[in-house]
Amino acid sequence: MTIDWSTYPCEGFYDELLEGPGRARVQTRALAEDLAALGPEELGARQEAAEVSIKEMGITFTVYSEEGGAIDRTWPFDVIPRVIPEQEWRRVEAGLKQRVQALNLFIDDLYHDQKIVADGVFPAEVLAKSANFRPQCVGVDPPLGIWAHVCGSDLVRDGDGTLYVLEDNLRVPSGVSYMLENRLVTKRVFPELFEHYAPLPVDDYPSQLFDTLAALSPRPAEYPEVVVLTPGIYNSAYFEHSYLAQQMGAELVEGRDLFVDDDDCCYMRTIDGPARVDVIYRRVDDLFLDPEAFLPDSMLGVPGLVRAWKAGNVALANAPGAGVADDKVVYAFVPEIIKYYLDEDPIIPNVPTFRCMEADARKYVLEHLSELVVKPANESGGYGMLVGPASTQAECDKFAALIKKDPRNYIAQPTLRLSTVPTVIKGNVEPRHVDLRPFILSADRQQVTMGGLTRVALRKGSLVVNSSQGGGSKDTWIVPEWAAESADGQLQAQSQSQS
Amino acid sequence: MLSRVAENIYWLARSVERAENTARVVSVNANLLLDLPKGIAPGWRPLIDITGSNDLFEEHFKDYGERQVVRFLLGDERHPGSIMSALAAARENCRTIRDIVPREAWEQINGLYLFAGDQLQKGTTKTGRHGYLRALITGCQTISGLLDGTMLHDEGYEFLRLGRYLERADMTTRIADVRSATLLPDAEELRPYDNIQWVSVLKSMTAYQMYRRSEQIRVQRTPVLRFIFQSPLFPRSVRYCCRHASLSLERLPRNEASLRFANRLSRSLDGADLERLTQGDLHAFVDDLQLGIGDLHAEIAGTWFPPPLVSADHD
Repeated sequence: MTIDWSTYPCEGFYDELLEGPGRARVQTRALAEDLAALGPEELGARQEAAEVSIKEMGITFTVYSEEGGAIDRTWPFDVIPRVIPEQEWRRVEAGLKQRVQALNLFIDDLYHDQKIVADGVFPAEVLAKSANFRPQCVGVDPPLGIWAHVCGSDLVRDGDGTLYVLEDNLRVPSGVSYMLENRLVTKRVFPELFEHYAPLPVDDYPSQLFDTLAALSPRPAEYPEVVVLTPGIYNSAYFEHSYLAQQMGAELVEGRDLFVDDDDCCYMRTIDGPARVDVIYRRVDDLFLDPEAFLPDSMLGVPGLVRAWKAGNVALANAPGAGVADDKVVYAFVPEIIKYYLDEDPIIPNVPTFRCMEADARKYVLEHLSELVVKPANESGGYGMLVGPASTQAECDKFAALIKKDPRNYIAQPTLRLSTVPTVIKGNVEPRHVDLRPFILSADRQQVTMGGLTRVALRKGSLVVNSSQGGGSKDTWIVPEWAAESADGQLQAQSQSQS
Repeated sequence: MLSRVAENIYWLARSVERAENTARVVSVNANLLLDLPKGIAPGWRPLIDITGSNDLFEEHFKDYGERQVVRFLLGDERHPGSIMSALAAARENCRTIRDIVPREAWEQINGLYLFAGDQLQKGTTKTGRHGYLRALITGCQTISGLLDGTMLHDEGYEFLRLGRYLERADMTTRIADVRSATLLPDAEELRPYDNIQWVSVLKSMTAYQMYRRSEQIRVQRTPVLRFIFQSPLFPRSVRYCCRHASLSLERLPRNEASLRFANRLSRSLDGADLERLTQGDLHAFVDDLQLGIGDLHAEIAGTWFPPPLVSADHD
């Protein structure tokens, strides 16, 4: 049996594989044919093989439950890859670099002269109410002037095919290890497709990350002492922390493994005695980082760490305070921020965003709540949002009150019709909505992952892609044009000879 | 190597060793009781004495009945020395160092922990007990074998061996102490069934066959004590454990103080004239050894492990 794409229900949305029922896109035609030839049974078998591999490889994420404490869950993965043509990707890559470069200039400015505020481009009131602005960081000069060394920006494609940036994660973005593992799994279960398509490789990331971190070292060395700081095994991203440490050959440390001595240098406790640490890739939130500087009762952090950082004796990535640009209201100003610092127009647009702090926008939002998505400034993981079309009148009323009470804390966006990708659902292939999280590294130079982590909402019609809320993931293929074309020819020939 | 990682490896090994030893002791006691008439049989209380958990036990149980003792030693989560608790500790310690231990070892530990929990009911019945305990012992030995055979023999491995030998030495002294308490020294006439009980002392540490090979004399107090305390060749004797702990210590940095403690232990073992010790003397001797083992542990922890947490765990 083959898959009949003509019955694939993708109308009304932009499907990444098909233009419409039965019609593949130019760059994915060969893949569509290839998948069709495999048929649903074989695809189901590959899906099963992938799940077995994931279990064996121990790819997990942690979720909390009320009774059972933390549980390791197997990473949810769908075998059908999401394809992006290389030409389109190169533009996205340039857009992401532009964006993160501007954001870093913005953060540095906020902790120094605040020129952007003085020039009236960015409202003082937004800054004053920012939950992630850290007064402790004012005047600090982190190495190379960079604050957000690792950024994960979420991209979505709307119904007309336009890619937008949905949000930027500048604190401790996670997911990159799953991007790498997804590729390994796909190689195991679809080796023949790789020969035809040659998607560009993603596996340089750990060495690029190490290079980025090493560039920040206060003591120049070929292999400075780089460590990954984790909150511990109960953190939902612990798998990723230990994975990246292993891949980089860095120590995986917890707060209690480190201490700051009277010389304001940071050391780790080893069996040989204290060993100086140069760079900390910290996966602990700002507020838990140093009980001397932030929350005094934090057990996860290292007393004196911010002192050592300010003295320039240890580098922190990302720098404390970088989250100030992670605010969803700041997001709404990114086009202006890019223009202000770089004098360029944004290469990738923002999702059109209403800033509730502005009277006209607020009026419009309050009148159209049932059509909009409303987001609070500083939540992540899909929490605390209103999705208008899927909400009751009571929920809309609640948000109307919240917005009126604290307009600065809310933005609203039109409900996007997120693009879909065919996904194996109970032995069938059905469209499911996806987003994309690429990762951008910034130090002495900038690098962007080849593609990123495609997250997929596995529930029919759902737009929620977060793994804690029933989301899955897919391998993301950046495919050079020549490969798509030549694969096309080969597969046609092959399927003819098979028939 | 991080101090915390060293500590985790050390406790991983201690926990696995503890689970295995506890399983042996329970198994041997059950066999012993089958061989002894009611009036002589020491019952189940000695097992609680061996593990030194009488206070905790009496908090929860009125008498030292078979069911209660076995349940307490095998599956009681309130008892930190129970097999379930030891395996849970081994698993947690292993989980945080999954990048250090080979994947198979982690899977084996995880699997054994799940098995022990799933089959616990069976393990506490008279008929299911033997099979259950045997599977646990084999499982622990598999873990030890996997670690020995696949882990990098670097400093982490020395901490693994330290944990194993300290736990083993400690258990051997406890078994000897408690098990010999009801048995008379050689000078007096050997009562009926004493012989069986000395055999059971040996069997508690799988020493019977090796004793026979090595000593070639009948089972009696002095040679048994010599064998389990002083044999340089039997891998569960206290002397052997101390010697091998020293060998591991020699390969670690900043080892001077710890080596002093280990060497002192070895000397006091060599110097003991076990034949002349009355039961009271033996008890005092064992006390000394246990203090020495405790001191050595404290020195290892002080030298290489992270300082203890000041306040309780977060979350």
